[in-house]
Formats: sequence, C-alpha cells, structure tokens
Amino acid sequence: MNSLILGNIPELPLAHWIDNFVNWLVQFTRFFNAITNFIGSINNAFQWIFDLVPIWLFIVLVLALTYYVNRDQQNWGLLVFEFLGLLLIWNLNYWRDMTQTLTLVLTSSLIALVIGIPLGILMAKSHIAEVILKPVLDFMQTMPAFVYLIPAVTLFGIGMVPGIVASVIFAMPPTVRMTNMGIREVPDELIEAADSFGSTEWQKLFKVELPIAKSSLMAGVNQSMMLSLSMVVIASMIGAMGLGTKVYFAVGRNDAGNGFSAGLAIVILAIILDRLTQSLTRTRRKN
Amino acid sequence: MFILIPRMGDLMSTNKSTKVEVKNLSKIFGKRMNKAKELSRQGKSKSEILKETGATLGVDRANFKIYDGEIFVIMGLSGSGKSTLVRMINRLIEPTEGEVLIDGENLMKMDKKKLREVRRKKMSMVFQNFGLLPNRTILENAEYGLEIQGVDKDTREKKAKDALETVGINGYNDEYPDQLSGGMQQRVGLARALANDPEILLMDEAFSALDPLNRTDMQDQLLDIQERLHKTIIFISHDLNEALKIGDRIMIMKDARIIQTGTPEDILTHPANEYVEEFIENVDRSKVLTAGNVMIRPMTINLEKAGPRLTLKMMKANEVSTAYIVNGERKLLGVVDANDVIKLVREKKGDITPIIQNKVPTTTEDTPISDLMDDISQTGIPFAVINEKKQLKGIIVRGAVLGALAGNEVSDFE
Repeated sequence: MNSLILGNIPELPLAHWIDNFVNWLVQFTRFFNAITNFIGSINNAFQWIFDLVPIWLFIVLVLALTYYVNRDQQNWGLLVFEFLGLLLIWNLNYWRDMTQTLTLVLTSSLIALVIGIPLGILMAKSHIAEVILKPVLDFMQTMPAFVYLIPAVTLFGIGMVPGIVASVIFAMPPTVRMTNMGIREVPDELIEAADSFGSTEWQKLFKVELPIAKSSLMAGVNQSMMLSLSMVVIASMIGAMGLGTKVYFAVGRNDAGNGFSAGLAIVILAIILDRLTQSLTRTRRKN
Repeated sequence: MFILIPRMGDLMSTNKSTKVEVKNLSKIFGKRMNKAKELSRQGKSKSEILKETGATLGVDRANFKIYDGEIFVIMGLSGSGKSTLVRMINRLIEPTEGEVLIDGENLMKMDKKKLREVRRKKMSMVFQNFGLLPNRTILENAEYGLEIQGVDKDTREKKAKDALETVGINGYNDEYPDQLSGGMQQRVGLARALANDPEILLMDEAFSALDPLNRTDMQDQLLDIQERLHKTIIFISHDLNEALKIGDRIMIMKDARIIQTGTPEDILTHPANEYVEEFIENVDRSKVLTAGNVMIRPMTINLEKAGPRLTLKMMKANEVSTAYIVNGERKLLGVVDANDVIKLVREKKGDITPIIQNKVPTTTEDTPISDLMDDISQTGIPFAVINEKKQLKGIIVRGAVLGALAGNEVSDFE
C-alpha cells in the first residue's frame, strides 16, 4: 500500500537526522554546561532560601503575601484554605518535597517569563517574528512533554536542570502568546495618542503598551506556572526531586494511598500559586 | 444700501500668516498604488479606483493653507478622508506623496527625532474616544506629554493642573478616566493636549462621542479657550452645525477630495455644488445664523458731535425714524425718536441727552438667531448688537432676519 501511493520514495531517515542534530549539539558541551550551572544556581538559591526558612514562618509569609495581594478585596476562605493545606503538607511529611517542587516551578516560571515576555513583545511588534514564532510555539506546546526529556538528558545530564529546561519549553508558550495578544489589543487610539505626543518606542512600550497589556500578560504568567507545575511528575522521571518523585514511585509500586496524598499536596500547591498570581492579574488603583 | 458687516474670522484670516500648508498631499491604502495614482489623476472616483485596483484612495492631492490662530474645520462624512488627512498632518499616517509644511518646514523631510520634537512641542492631538490611559489618574494623564519630554515632576504637575483648570476640571486629579463622564473625559483629553502648550491643536471628531448638551458645552468652551489662547486649531467634524458654529473657515471633503473651502458664510451662501447644497439644506438655518450674520449697519449719531439739528438732518437723509446714539468710542447710549428730535428743534434746545431712550434691546454677535426670534417679533425697536465693551456693532431689523432665514442676501434690504 505504502509503495503504491508513494512510489519508490524510501522511508525518510527523520529519526536519524534528529539524532545527528542532537549529537552535533553535544559538541557545545561547554555552552550547555554553562547553562546547566546557571540554571542550577538559580534553583539552588531558591532551595537554599526555602530550607533556611522555618516551616511556621513560611506558612506565615504565604498567608501575609496572600493578605497583601488581596488587600482591597480580602478573601478569608483562601487564607483558611492555605493555612490548613500547608499544615496538611507538613503533617504528611511532604514539606521538603513540596519546597523542591516549588523551586522547580518558580525557577522554570522565572526563566519562561524572562524569555517569554520579550519574545511576546517582539512578536507583537514584528509581523515576521509572529509568522516565525507562531508555529514554533504550537510545536513547543503540542509535542508530548516526555519527548523533551530525551535530548534534555543528553545535553544537561540528569537531575533538576533538565527537568527545568523541559518545563520551560513546555510552559513558555502561554506567556509569549498572551504578551503578544495583550499588546496587540491595546486600542489604536491609545497608540496614536502615545505617538502624537512624541513618545519614543521605549516610552510607548513601558508607559502605554505594557501597563495596558498587564492583565493579559499576567494571565499568561499564571498559565505558564500551572503548566510547569503539570510537568513536575514527568520531570521526576529524569531525577528532578520533589512531590513528582513521590507520585512517580507510587505509580511504580501500585501504591494508591501515597500516590494520592502526594498528588493532593501538588493540588494544594497549585491552588495557592494560581490564586496568588491571579490576584496579581487584577488592576489595582491608588485610591 | 446696507452693507453686511463681515465676521471677525474673515478679517483675521486675511491678516494672519500661514501656519500649516498642505501641498498635493495624497494617501493610497493597499497595493497597486501606481495604477491607483494614475486613475486618480484621470479623475476616477474613489469607488471606481477601488473596483479596478483594490486600492483605497484615502486622500487625493489635497492643497490648502491654514492660517495662524484660526479654527479650521475639515468636514465630511465617514470615508471622506478627513481623519486620514489630519493624521498626515502629524504623520501618524505616512502620506503616499505630497508635502506638509509647518511654519514653512517640510514635515516629510524630518527624521524620527525631529518629527518627535515637532509632535512634542508644536502640535497636540485630541481624539474622538478621548484616548486617555485607563491605568493613569486624571492628573497623570494630563502630564503625559510633559512626562515623556523629561520635564521634572513639579513643573509638569503644575502645568498639568493649570491645563486642567483651563478646561474647567477641578478636584478630579486622583480619579481615573472611567470614573468621569464622557464630557469630562474629553476635557481631560483637551487639557492633556494643552499642557504641552502647543501651537497647533489637532482635534479629530473630538466632540462627536458626546451627547448633544455636552457637545454644545464643549464647543462653547473651545471657543472660550481659543479667545484666550489663540491656537491654530484643526478640527475634524462630520456635523455641519458644529463646523458652522466653531469654524473660522471650513473645508468640505467628499470621497477623498476637497469640494469647497471657505468661511461659514461662503459655504452657506455660495455652495460649490449640489453635494454641499444638499448638506446645508439639512441645517436649520436659524440655528446656524447668528446675530452677527444678519445684522446691518445702523444709522448712528455721535452725541459728542451732534445736536438736535444735525441729528434731524442725518435722520432725514437716511430716511429713518430712530437713530442710535453713541459716544466717541461708539459705545451705545440709547436711541432717539424722530418726533422727539423735531420737538427739540422747535424748542430750540441744544442738547439731545434728555430725549435719549436707553431701553434698547441688545444682544451679542454670536447669539443664534433662533434665540432671538420671539423677541424680535415682539419689539418695535430693532435689536442692537454690541460687543463686551458695549460698542455698537450693528442692528437687527425684522426684515433682515426673515430674509436671511429664507436664504436671501441680507444686503438687499432697506
């Protein structure tokens, strides 16, 4: 059948090409080592802080932060939920795992943000960039996340860093897309107003476009964070420690009890992160 | 025999220098521009060009001058190219060809930096939907133009506050735009434009989004501000009533081309073609015509020079039964009746002061005739049109009003 339709075209050695490409990349070991060290040190810094802070203080800080970001519209239910949820994680002895997961999420979100927002701006400003980036983003988001792990291990070894790299690739697209959309949706009249008063391109970006795009931009950040959280179990397969590892081990042992309780801890963490970033999305006013 | 007194705008425009000059300015949107250009040269219409080339003719070879200190209204329906034209004056839209000269300097030849400088210092724009930044307070919005110029906080706050005061906004400094009504928001838009102290104001349908009452208010306020600040204002409108009310000169556009340019009076009395005629037929003439439009030159007697005899002689010569008495500065003192003057002459008195009747109905030049109609039909003595110094500018006789409403030349009346 195959030969009927395609004639004498031999099977394409696509897999071979990709292998060659990955092998070709390996020669830049020093470059990838530098990235590994860089990402590793961000990760370690977060972890160092979380290990340093006593658990009770950590809980207080989370509650205080929630209180602060919701200061004009207090959500007491959320505060109670956070308090009980974090106590539960402590009680189940998942605290260190939770902070490891949190570290992975924060590091990959931070990197996704630092790369994603400028890319989104570029995409909004340049038609060519948009044409090129759109299919790339589609590819990044729809390619099964497992696949990223393979070259990630080759290039970054095992442990937290390849997990973070895979998370960044998987989680970055929403930030890029929402930044692009937010800037493109700034009303023409505001752009004209900024131009007509003689704004430079940078002034227009920082004084008009980004502030107005802020809520959709933050929605992108929120989505990126949630996506990178969804990567933690997958990343645990290549040695990224945390709650994901517990779930992964439970799967291996067919241990529903521990699997669910670790999963529940991930859910609690997800809800806290989601609500916190969502309240940053809301525009706040001086008075 | 009576002569129409021309409006102030007409006099001003002939004396003032050119502020903005537009030469052969065209804009074509889309592809196949050369073909479209060629067709427009052949006089093909906008829709024909669109059909043949797919290109949209925005503005076709516009040529006009705007004088320093005038309100120049560009009028047309949507799609006539007026908004495109005004955006080419500050190059928000890049012209396909042609020149825009601001104070003799060619805007098209400026690099980005120079252009920015002109936009910052020379002209500001006011937008139809206000264009206020929703994340900034009223004061911060008014400061925007100065802020991007790097003016320090204190100075720009002071200037912004002054500008807000000029447009009549007080006590809303810390509110946000969406907390204000449309009329208030547009005042902020105007204040933002004025804060830069520009020489030229570009106002794109600035009052079109407002309800009628607010619109009238804003028009009055704009005239008021203009009286004080003497900017060159380029005002875009689709409303002929508005154009006639605020414009010193009006330019009418249709389908990317200029149809007629002239004073409101010109346009009303000599419409260039059927299109303009149709336009002005829809205008309620009594609303548009002001006391200044229909007033005629009165017979005046200077109290400091004339006694009863001279007065009587002049009244006879002019065949009038009432004369307006003014002082040396043309300040209106009252009227005298012919019968009273004859009595004085018989009694051989030397002074007409005792017989002056000071109960003269007065009005100002810019009062719409529609506001005066009732009173004019009830009083015997013609209305005296005076300015703020009480100087007599003209009078309104019943016949002239009716004639003007009927569309006749005012000067034919006796």
